[in-house]
Amino acid sequence: MSLVITPWFGAVKIGDYIKRRGYEGAKKALSIKPEDVIEEVKKSNLRGRGGAGFPTGLKWSFVPRETDKPKYLCVNADEGEPGTFKDRYIIENAPHLIIEGAVIASWAVGIHRAYVYIRGEYLKFALILEKAIEEAYQRGFLGKNIFGKDFSLDIYIHRGAGAYVCGEETALIESLEGKRGNPRVRPPFPATNGLYDCPTVVNNVETIACLPYILREGGENFASLGVEKNGGTKLFAVSGHVKDPGVYELPMGSSLRELIYNYAGGVRGNRRLKAVIPGGSSSSILMADEIDVSLDYDSMIKAGTMLGSGAVIVLDETACMAEVLRVITRFYAHESCGQCTPCRQGTSWMAKIAERIAIGKGKKGDIDLLLDIAHSIMGKTICPLGDAAAMPVIAICDKFRSELEEQIRERRCPIERE
Amino acid sequence: MKEISKEAREKIKNLFSRYPDKRSSLLEVLHILQDDWGYIEEEDEEKIAELLDMNPVNVHEVVTFYTMYYRRPVGRYVIKVCRNLTCTLMGGETIINYLRKKLKVELGNTSSDGKFTLEAVECLGACELAPVMEINGEFYGHLTPEKIDKVIEELK
Repeated sequence: MSLVITPWFGAVKIGDYIKRRGYEGAKKALSIKPEDVIEEVKKSNLRGRGGAGFPTGLKWSFVPRETDKPKYLCVNADEGEPGTFKDRYIIENAPHLIIEGAVIASWAVGIHRAYVYIRGEYLKFALILEKAIEEAYQRGFLGKNIFGKDFSLDIYIHRGAGAYVCGEETALIESLEGKRGNPRVRPPFPATNGLYDCPTVVNNVETIACLPYILREGGENFASLGVEKNGGTKLFAVSGHVKDPGVYELPMGSSLRELIYNYAGGVRGNRRLKAVIPGGSSSSILMADEIDVSLDYDSMIKAGTMLGSGAVIVLDETACMAEVLRVITRFYAHESCGQCTPCRQGTSWMAKIAERIAIGKGKKGDIDLLLDIAHSIMGKTICPLGDAAAMPVIAICDKFRSELEEQIRERRCPIERE
Repeated sequence: MKEISKEAREKIKNLFSRYPDKRSSLLEVLHILQDDWGYIEEEDEEKIAELLDMNPVNVHEVVTFYTMYYRRPVGRYVIKVCRNLTCTLMGGETIINYLRKKLKVELGNTSSDGKFTLEAVECLGACELAPVMEINGEFYGHLTPEKIDKVIEELK
């Protein structure tokens, strides 16, 4: 089985990375026309790994080729979706994949300046990336005349300072401009009006890290690793009640059950599986009998949830759903930027109600109230944070209604714990 | 009012070439000054605004938006314990309570000797290590009371 990212793990120093055919993809890219690089990426069926799953080649093609303005690349390393830690693994274990990918994307789109927006808490990992960037400059893979071509690229690291919403691409751009992370109304999209109102590509770290493989092995090869319209492999960050939490790389279209049981070692202590949150805390929860799903963007939507960032949180029979609901709603209330009324108000109302249910002070009718609020947030906000807050609430209330009702009635969690 | 050290000034000057406008360096400038000063007071915001040709209110709205900027003194060690989902499933609340009792400090506060500030934070992006905490940029995972005792002991 061919893998795209994890075979490079451990090649932190540039010498080791080059020994494993590192920077061959960038060299190849610069030997062909930018338009042909975009075609290759389109052929690969690579879709945005940050969670939205938008086709990467298509996203690039929205950027005007001829323009008087400078164009920018923002590599989104603001990994903040609860349960997600795959981008950290790439930065920590194979930082040159990101630099090489950035060179490829920049050549394809005609970009000379890239920013890696990395979450503030990842200081340690930002330093690893910074060292790798220095190495790349020394070898002439960054800076002027890359691979002897009339092409230059500078990469800078930009540290965030603690704000989940900055993972949303327009909030990230605002934050890069030195402002609060308030998302912008789209359209216009960053492809035409992004950073400093200039054409901008925002791509997730993992998306960027797939590019060296695509250029080296070809777009069709990458596409063939996955399934229809979902090319390549995907990194999954598995956590929670499993024996072996960690990051695993599987072809797109693999089964969620296989990931949990064959890769992450199954449920710890041989307990019974209760539920799985398959794509970060914003994705709709799946019951134990719903995990025979194919891990690709389209199948997950059909299953009523989403692939998201590939953060799989496993819950065994000891998990208290009122507690889960409380933690999730508190998170979104804390992270709402406050711009849109439905999200600003709705997330804190949901958090208050979930809190009172969890501490045994829930009221009859609270579950319907939660559902009512969640439905009043869905689709009514500038950015997807509103939907992200509403979706898990709707799914948990629908699927675990009887447990939550029992909690409200009995004024305590009905789950037996050791 | 606090002074901007020569070193900080030098670092900040080097930042300006990274961006087409000075304002973009604000987040990093605040990180640099906070490393120097420990925290960003409202009265310092004017000085920062001047440095970046900005309106002080635009500095204020950034300082108050991002959770990593402190607006009052913090301890020598800032302990950030995750309170998000995976960590909670793995017993994070017990860990938070253990730290509260051990350090005799409530969440958001600093111990009386000024050594430790204790914060419950959202997902740190290290869920495979749950329950996890971060102290001054270093991650500590698979926490148990025994492990916490050891970590805290080594910080003294």
